[in-house]
Formats: sequence, structure tokens, C-alpha cells
Amino acid sequence: MGLDMELESVLRAPALEMPPYPAKVITLANGKKMVVRQAKQTEVPVLLKAVRPTMTIEKDFYDIVGARLYAELLGWYRHRVRNEYCLVGQIDGYLVGIVNGRMVDKAIGMSYHTMAIDRGLKIGAHLFAAKMEHHIEYLGQDEVWITAESPIGFRRWMIEYDLIQQEGVQHELGGATSYKLTRDLYFASKARLVAGQRPAPKDLLEFALENLFIADEKAIKEKICGTLGGQR
Amino acid sequence: MRDVAIIGVGMIPFGRRDEDSLLDMLAYASLNALDDAGIGKKGVDAVYVANMGAGILQHQTSVASALVDRLGLMPAAADAVENGPASGASAIKNGLLAVASGYYDTVLVAGGEKMREVVGWKATDFVATMTHPEVEYPYGITLPGMAGMFTRLYMAKYGLTHEQLMAVAIKNQKMGTLNPFAHVDMVITKEGIHDSPDAVVNNPVAADPLHFYDMCPVSDGAAAVILCPAEKAKEITKNVPVIIAGFGQATDTHTLQEREDPTDLKAVTLAAEQAFKMAKLTPKDVDVAELHDAFTVLEIAESEHAGFFKKGEGGKAAEKGETGLNGKIPINVSGGLKSRGHPVGATGIAQVVEIVFQLRHALDKKRQVKNAKVGFTLNFGGFGNNVVAFVLRRSE
Repeated sequence: MGLDMELESVLRAPALEMPPYPAKVITLANGKKMVVRQAKQTEVPVLLKAVRPTMTIEKDFYDIVGARLYAELLGWYRHRVRNEYCLVGQIDGYLVGIVNGRMVDKAIGMSYHTMAIDRGLKIGAHLFAAKMEHHIEYLGQDEVWITAESPIGFRRWMIEYDLIQQEGVQHELGGATSYKLTRDLYFASKARLVAGQRPAPKDLLEFALENLFIADEKAIKEKICGTLGGQR
Repeated sequence: MRDVAIIGVGMIPFGRRDEDSLLDMLAYASLNALDDAGIGKKGVDAVYVANMGAGILQHQTSVASALVDRLGLMPAAADAVENGPASGASAIKNGLLAVASGYYDTVLVAGGEKMREVVGWKATDFVATMTHPEVEYPYGITLPGMAGMFTRLYMAKYGLTHEQLMAVAIKNQKMGTLNPFAHVDMVITKEGIHDSPDAVVNNPVAADPLHFYDMCPVSDGAAAVILCPAEKAKEITKNVPVIIAGFGQATDTHTLQEREDPTDLKAVTLAAEQAFKMAKLTPKDVDVAELHDAFTVLEIAESEHAGFFKKGEGGKAAEKGETGLNGKIPINVSGGLKSRGHPVGATGIAQVVEIVFQLRHALDKKRQVKNAKVGFTLNFGGFGNNVVAFVLRRSE
């Protein structure tokens, strides 16, 4: 069935102008280079394939983060979320992490989710930092609203960035307490928490843009859950 | 006194084991050791269980009684042994003396700790309860803090460098990737933790001058060994018996500031000397060693105090690769605490398990020290205030 574009124009909210996120490269502790770049809307179907296996992983609340991230990315792809963006981390073309958020208005950013697919290399922390960098430095916003669904998120965001608790403010992700990052807090933490070099080397960036690989479902689950635990 | 042999060893992978209780882990490791010895559950006379923190972390005491019941080993004698991070080696020492005296024939020694069910700062605080309750702990000292101050002094006195510390971290994380029991399965590179502009984020200062990758992880895990009289070992098991040829234990002042020279780890020196004297061997006879590298600086300092290198030479040796698998004295080719992990009650036993694997020549060639005959372990309690060392020998 075709879309009724007259109705569709009502359902699709007009978007704000969103400056692009300039790609960067982070050298990880193991020496590998992670390209951090803005994902294209046309790449969402591939990203959904990577997110889908996480929706059954209870560990560290991957199931909740995975289910919500899936819905947010799908909403972006099908034009049902306004002003959304997504950044991805890739090593040798492989997707290792995803972050997303949106502009509420010109001044306020809404941080959605951070998902590390490969763990142990601070990939989630690096990508969250890139997300904050995008809101403050490239979208030019004054503050970012943030909440956490896992203890790891709470430790990484609320404590490490010394975020400000917001009483009586409703984050879009539900009833959890909302916090905010201000420009001052961001720049106070930047040297300590925001990594990456620009411009991204041309060969690495081109390879990442042309090759968005995702690991198979078993590998994704293993990378997230680890191979340890539950074994005699 | 009878010679005592290790006839069975058991490990479980260290790491974050959300689904296992402390008792589950102790039971798994113990069953693995009993299976390895080929003796099943029958004939265990006594059980020693090393654990430091169940009373604090799990609100559970009497873990030895609980383990005996879980394994169905009643009416075996059972004791828990708590000696901080040296609990594991202390428990083995108790088992060793019990068998050597002739009182018991077959002894199970298990050690475990479940540290990941609390958040990191609570785990750090729990470990800090071993510091002096009046002049250290109330002022906020932690073990990483002590290690940082110790490192600063060691740098000033012996010229220890960041590069030397990094050499230990890089070696041990590489070796950990080859050890299926290791918590950390990730190589690190000098570029990633030091040279790159991003290294400041990857490897932040944790306790100046120590950085994140100078620290061992907080781990869950358990390990176990089975001891029996050496003269009966070959009747009981098909494994190559490993003889506990020597042990030593020494203590030092509780507080660091009371030591004449805080860089002098006297208890390490004394424990090692006792162990070598009893074994009638010297550090030069050792083919492979497991040292207590809760912090990279400790691997270097202990390698000097135990007699493998002169003071001030351990760091240089690490940087030159002399402590690698094919080096002059391979140290922590298991990955050490740095990579295998440090569930405090299990560590001293895991070190001995590793040396038994080495002396049996049972490891993959990527991690096996060729033709290893003599091994050494050093389990470091407090900040060097209670140290236990073993010299182990392959029985031909």
C-alpha cells in the first residue's frame, strides 16, 4: 500500500537544521583505530540487525537498551522521530558501538542510548563522549538531558561527568531521574573524557563509509556477555 | 616431617560471574581439583578454605563448613583461613603443615572471592579494611593509594620508569589472552595506553603515578588444590606430582610509615629466603614464577626482593623482556593478577595451580615454559605486611 503523502506530511514533523558530526578516529588501548562517524539514515536496516540480538540479553540491561534503541532507530528510519541522529563506532569496518539522541530544540539535546557491542575497550565511554561533543560543539546546544538504565551507565555518565540532577524534569526515556550536562560541565571534562583526532585519515574513513560490517548474532552475544561465567 | 605433594588442581575462569554464588565457585573449583586428582570425594580428611571478605561482601561466615556440606565431604575437618590477599597461600601452608605433620593424609585447599556483586568503590573500600584501623583507614587510604606512593618512592630511589611499568602491563595482558582462566582477554599496546593522544582517556591516572592499566581488575573466582604425602602421590594419581619443596612466611609492620624504608619489602625477602632455604634451592634454580602483581610496580619490586634481580634491576629486566615467556626468568606468564584477575581469597591458590600446570608441562606451547622443573609463588598480603612464598618442584 502506498503512502498517502498528504497525511504523511502531517505525521512527519518538520526537522530542525542539524549540522553534521565530523568524523574522528580514536586509538583504543589495544592500538586499534576506531572510526567514529555519523550514520546515514539509509544504514539503519544494517544497524537494526546488529541491535536485534541484544534484545534478549538481560546482562547489564542490554535487553532494555536494545529494545529501545531498536525502536528509536526504526522511528528515525520511518520518519517518526524528530531531529534524531546516530553515531557509530567502527573498527576495520565492523560496527562496535552505537549512540543516538535528538535535538529537542535549538538549546536542549536529548541523549537516548549508548550501546557497546565490543566490550573492555571503553568503546561505550568513547561513543557517549562523542555524543556529548556533538550536542555541545557541533549542534551548538546549551545542555543535554541524560538518564541511565544500567549501573554502568550511571557510573560512566552521572558520576564521571558530575552531571546535574534535574528535579521535576521528565526525560523522554521514562520515569528515571533526569540529569543534565551543561556546556561548562562538558568543557570541564573534555580533556579527561573526550578522545579522538580529526580529520579522520581518509583511507580509514572511506573504508568505514563503504563497509559497515556487523558480526553474526552469536559473536555479538559473546562480545557482550563475554565467554566467562557460568562455566565450571 | 613428610614431603607433601600437590596431586590435583582446579580452577574456574575468573571474571564477573553474576550467576554464581561464592559457594558455587568454591564448589566448582574443588570438584575440578578432586576430579583432576582422580580421587572423587572419598578420602578427604580436611578442608581449608581461603576467603577474605564473605563476612563483608556476602554477609556470610563459616564458608569452610558450608563448602564441606555443599560437597558432601562430612565429616572432614574444615577451617576457614583469612589472611587478607595472602589468604590463599596461607590456607595452602596450613594444609601443607597438616599433611607434613602426619596428622592428615588428604587435604583439599580451596580459595575464592566474590567481589563483583558490589560496585567498584565498595570493593576498593572492602580491600582497604586491611589497612590500619586507626592511622590509615580513617584517613581514606586505599591499596591503590598506597601503591601509588610506593611507586613514587621506588622511582625516586631506584630510577623505576613508566616505560618499565608499562612493559609489565603489556606482557601480562598479552599472556592473559592465552590463559582460558583469565579475567582480562585483551592485549594492550604502548601506542594505545601511552603514545597516542587518546591514551590520556584510555589510560587515565588512577593513583599517581600509577595509571588505570597498572592495576589488576576486581574479580570473582575460585581455585583449589589437593595435597597428600609425597610418598603416596603416585599410588593415588596418574598426574605428575608436584612437591612443595619449600615455604616461607614473614610479616612486617602494619602501617607503611613505621617502616624504616617503605621501599624495602622485608617480608618478601624473608619469606622467599625461607622458602629457598627449605627447598635447598636458590632463585637461580627457578624456571617460572608467579608474583603478586596487584599493581605493576609490585611485580618489579617483588622480583628484586625475592632475589631474581638486584634492587633497581627488575624494571630494566622487564623492559628488556627478561621476564617474558622465553626470558631469563618467566614471571606471571599466566597473565598474573593483572590479567588473570584478583579474587583476593583465590589468588594465592591460583598462583600455585598455575605453577603446577607449568611443572606438569600441561600447557599450550604458547604459554608453557619449556622443560620447567622448579617454580616459585609469592602471595602478598596487606601492603607487604604478611607474605607467603612457595618453591615447587616437579617430581620425576
